[in-house]
Amino acid sequence: MRLDVILRIITKLLLPFMLMFALFVHFHGDFSPGGGFQAGVIIAAAVVFHALVFGLYPTQKIVPMWFAELLMPLGVAIYTGVGFLTMALGENFLGYNVLYFDPKYAQERGVIWIEVGILTTVSGTMISIFYAFAGRGRQK
Amino acid sequence: MSEALINMVLLTLLAAITIGVVRARNLFGVVILSGIYSFLIASVMMVLDAPDVAMTEASVGAGISTVLMLGVLYLTKTHESVPNTTSYAPFFVAAAVFAMLVYGTIDLPPFGSADQPINTHVGPDYLARAFKETGIPNVVTAVLASYRGFDTLGEAAVVFTAGIGIMMLLRRRKKAGEDGEAEK
Amino acid sequence: MLEDIVNYYNYFITLFLMSAGLYIVVARGNMVKKLVGLGLFQTSVYLLYLSPGKILGGTPPILGEGFTVFANPLPHVLILTAIVVGVATLALGLALVVRINEAFGTIEETEIFENGSEVDPPEPDNKAGGL
Repeated sequence: MRLDVILRIITKLLLPFMLMFALFVHFHGDFSPGGGFQAGVIIAAAVVFHALVFGLYPTQKIVPMWFAELLMPLGVAIYTGVGFLTMALGENFLGYNVLYFDPKYAQERGVIWIEVGILTTVSGTMISIFYAFAGRGRQK
Repeated sequence: MSEALINMVLLTLLAAITIGVVRARNLFGVVILSGIYSFLIASVMMVLDAPDVAMTEASVGAGISTVLMLGVLYLTKTHESVPNTTSYAPFFVAAAVFAMLVYGTIDLPPFGSADQPINTHVGPDYLARAFKETGIPNVVTAVLASYRGFDTLGEAAVVFTAGIGIMMLLRRRKKAGEDGEAEK
Repeated sequence: MLEDIVNYYNYFITLFLMSAGLYIVVARGNMVKKLVGLGLFQTSVYLLYLSPGKILGGTPPILGEGFTVFANPLPHVLILTAIVVGVATLALGLALVVRINEAFGTIEETEIFENGSEVDPPEPDNKAGGL
């Protein structure tokens, strides 16, 4: 694992582009294929890639386990939070039309926020699952 | 016509990979074949005009689940044992199910026709309303996040619950059993 | 006859994948193999949903100038969510396989049935990271 210089450098070069692509997929999901699910999985794939090349412990220094586990409930909380916010503003649960004076922009705003919730939950869950499997030692 | 042809070629390759998955005894080979299978089915989805689904399948099916299965093979073992007794009952069950389903399929509308029931009611309705009501050109995102927001909420909850289950099954604390929690 | 095959080829392959998945789940005793079989069954259901939504000569359901025929968006939404739930449940199944391996020392169904009881699990090493 110590001598694979090319792998390590290529990984370091690729990772920012992977994360950038994930953000593109997420925020451009209204106009092109993509959305929270795909972006969350791509972010998780970037973390898994880093862990496969550099080892599990260096990766857990960058993305600690508690952080990945925090993301899991946080995403669901953002999602339901949007729902309760619209309820507080006098609409139905997840009725986005009250988020802005023009219903069209209100819909887009609501969609972006719940997609952020999905991204958070999916990426957190995938990273945590990977950590759980990879951190389990092989039986003697 | 070329669409249907590409579709048929990809589906034939898919069937060939499936035969390989059924026959292989080396689990490492099975996992790699299922990764190839995921990429092929993502291509089929692309031909079926579902780029969102194809993107998800390529990243989830071929990326994450292959890595997880390789991790499990590392933790367990990589070869499937050959059973002492061979039974043909499962083969006949599968063949009978296949025959019955094929018999039922003949009544379905042909592939790719625009006038079948699925394409005359709710689908065109979404296509007509989505942009006017939400201002989002990608109808899949509009339906996913706006019209069917409750579905997606339930689904995020399912992913979260599965994650919790895996944490409970696999997570090992730094000092196992010290805080009174049973390890096994 | 040939026209029938072209018209129903998607469904035939879908059903073949479905019965192959069923065969693996019923016939094979290895648990990882069983999960792969379940995955085959699951992907065949994806195809079963997506095939009728396709219209020959259509485009993906992203609205734009100059296009009038679009694929049906509803199956795409349902299957998109099904894929992510599918990988989460697959991971749960794999976690159960890992725990079964630690408790019984094997992932073969027949060996578990023969042994009957749990073997005494050796102390797992905490320091060695997996990958």
